[in-house]
Amino acid sequence: MDENYDVIVLGTGLTECVLSGLLSVDGKKVLHIDRQDFYGGELASLNLGQLYNKFRPSGQKPELRGRDRDWCVDLIPKFLMANGELTNILVHTNVTRYIEFKQIGGSYVYRNGRIAKVPSNQAEAISSSLMGIFEKRRMKQFLDYLTKWDDDDASTHGALDLDKNTMNEVYNYFRLENGTRDFIGHAMALWSNDDYLNEVARPTYERIILYGQSVAKYGKSPYIYPLYGLGELPQGFARLSAIYGGTYMLDTPIDEVIYDDDNKKFAGVKTKEGTAKAPIVIADPTYFPEKVKKTGQKVIRAMCILEHPVPNTHDLDSVQIVIPQNQVGRKNDIYIAVLSDVHCVVPKGYYLAIVSTIIETETPHVELEPAFKLLGPRLDTLMGIAEIYEPQDDGTASGIYISKSYDATSHFESATDDIKDLYFRVTGKPLVLEKLTEGLNGLDE
Amino acid sequence: MELKSYDKYRMSFAPPTTSVKLVLLGEAAVGKSSLVLRFVSNDFQENKEPTIGAAFLTQKCTIGERTIKYEIWDTAGQERFASLAPMYYRNAQAALVVYDITKPASFIKARHWVKELHEQASKDITIALVGNKHDLVEDDNDGDDSSLRKVSIEEGQKLADEEGLLFFETSAKTAYNVNEVFVGIGSKIPEAPLLKPQQPQATDGRIDLSTGTAPAADGCAC
Repeated sequence: MDENYDVIVLGTGLTECVLSGLLSVDGKKVLHIDRQDFYGGELASLNLGQLYNKFRPSGQKPELRGRDRDWCVDLIPKFLMANGELTNILVHTNVTRYIEFKQIGGSYVYRNGRIAKVPSNQAEAISSSLMGIFEKRRMKQFLDYLTKWDDDDASTHGALDLDKNTMNEVYNYFRLENGTRDFIGHAMALWSNDDYLNEVARPTYERIILYGQSVAKYGKSPYIYPLYGLGELPQGFARLSAIYGGTYMLDTPIDEVIYDDDNKKFAGVKTKEGTAKAPIVIADPTYFPEKVKKTGQKVIRAMCILEHPVPNTHDLDSVQIVIPQNQVGRKNDIYIAVLSDVHCVVPKGYYLAIVSTIIETETPHVELEPAFKLLGPRLDTLMGIAEIYEPQDDGTASGIYISKSYDATSHFESATDDIKDLYFRVTGKPLVLEKLTEGLNGLDE
Repeated sequence: MELKSYDKYRMSFAPPTTSVKLVLLGEAAVGKSSLVLRFVSNDFQENKEPTIGAAFLTQKCTIGERTIKYEIWDTAGQERFASLAPMYYRNAQAALVVYDITKPASFIKARHWVKELHEQASKDITIALVGNKHDLVEDDNDGDDSSLRKVSIEEGQKLADEEGLLFFETSAKTAYNVNEVFVGIGSKIPEAPLLKPQQPQATDGRIDLSTGTAPAADGCAC
């Protein structure tokens, strides 16, 4: 199959599959290869056999009900913001036709030794145990201020400037308590550490608005989740790419990367199927280890199998729990993503809790203890540590465009930023979603 | 007024139209897309390019009292390097395994796809084995050595019997037996799953992203 392509894509993680889909819709001839025999790379949802092979190849496996494929265990705990960019891309590319979504039942935050629901509406805010009565009033003033803010109308700005004042100054202005700041910054703006406090307020403002819009969309929480696991997302975009002419080869290791004469520019790859040439390659960090650098951050993730809903979450079928760093004397938040058979990722009766945080000590598993305490008895716990990589350069000189590892955040907003950034670097034009819908010709039905 | 109330009356007794996800499997160039094109738009294109462009095609099919809306998923070429995703098989209620009766290799591949379906798809999937390109052997006399036919009806029927499949020989070009395939599948799909949803545990609370609507509140405890 010696052939020429416009773009070769290596790895079938979400970032690679979305780009592959977008470029195919743009009319580019795409060859998409993965060395593994399943879709998703780091974002795969593994069945039971794959899961234990990966984390405990020679160890014990507890007696679990259901067939192998009744289990779809994500390796990375993330949810989609209902009004976030990934959701927009899904809608504008019609990939929603292949994937069904459900809400996450609720969002919880840890404060003063216990968890409480992050209010999703006025009534819940009034009855919330998160704040006292006077603090609630201050919180309401703060949120009213943000929702009324209009860039073009100085009368809505009052004494503050979101582009000049730090977030700390904004909090001070509204005299919010530290615990409330923790919950706004970490459970609503979803910052995973406190660096944002001393930066200008605008990004935090935008995140809080996104949170509010996402909650408003479907009600229970700001999050949605695909039935059968996150691994459906790369598969859906891979199908989009294939429908627009993309060629797919799984289970195909790269035998050699070919460079042109001066050995600087990417020219193609050799595989068992032959040589494929293209001036551009998009790849996840594992395909070009010599061209990426460590960010210095490592993420520990624990997949916990439970036989009960998480205590104190009103027996909800799915929740997110944020443990803000300050509340447990850490620098980085701990996230817990809980799912059940309602999202078709475990057989009935089981719950899956995925715990993650950025490692701060030599004994990372101990760092997850505050989360384990909230979960109650665990049937089994599988742990893994992942290094976070990013490319050394922007790829324009070599034609080698490398994606970033999935970070420790609880949603896909940063991953979507990387997708848009890569799209811009590869095509030289910004990604305009509305145009994309026009590009999808009337072939569907 | 009368007409309106009659319509209402009729609607309330009309059997509901139910969607059936049908997937296509088979070696490249056996005519999978052509069969669907014939079924959906009663059309045939000579020298059709390999599959490009359609997410899935839909076509309604009335069988006796029931109306079935087929949602037909094409492989989009992902079968070429054995790269079909689990998503493809997920919740498929019917499958066409297509081979070319003039190409023995495509019949061997059909066995492989039947096996794959038994492993990957749901247990009660209805599978039809389809030997396509019957037009190429139409004028043949039995026992003629020069025949283009390389897979006999008996071989096809035998595989179908062994595996519990429906069996048809078709021609997408002449439309021979094409509707029969879809009617045959429709009548074999059990009535019960049509009335109640495929995945009972997953039906409530699904959201439609394209319209941004959630279903009515479902008694959540919060």
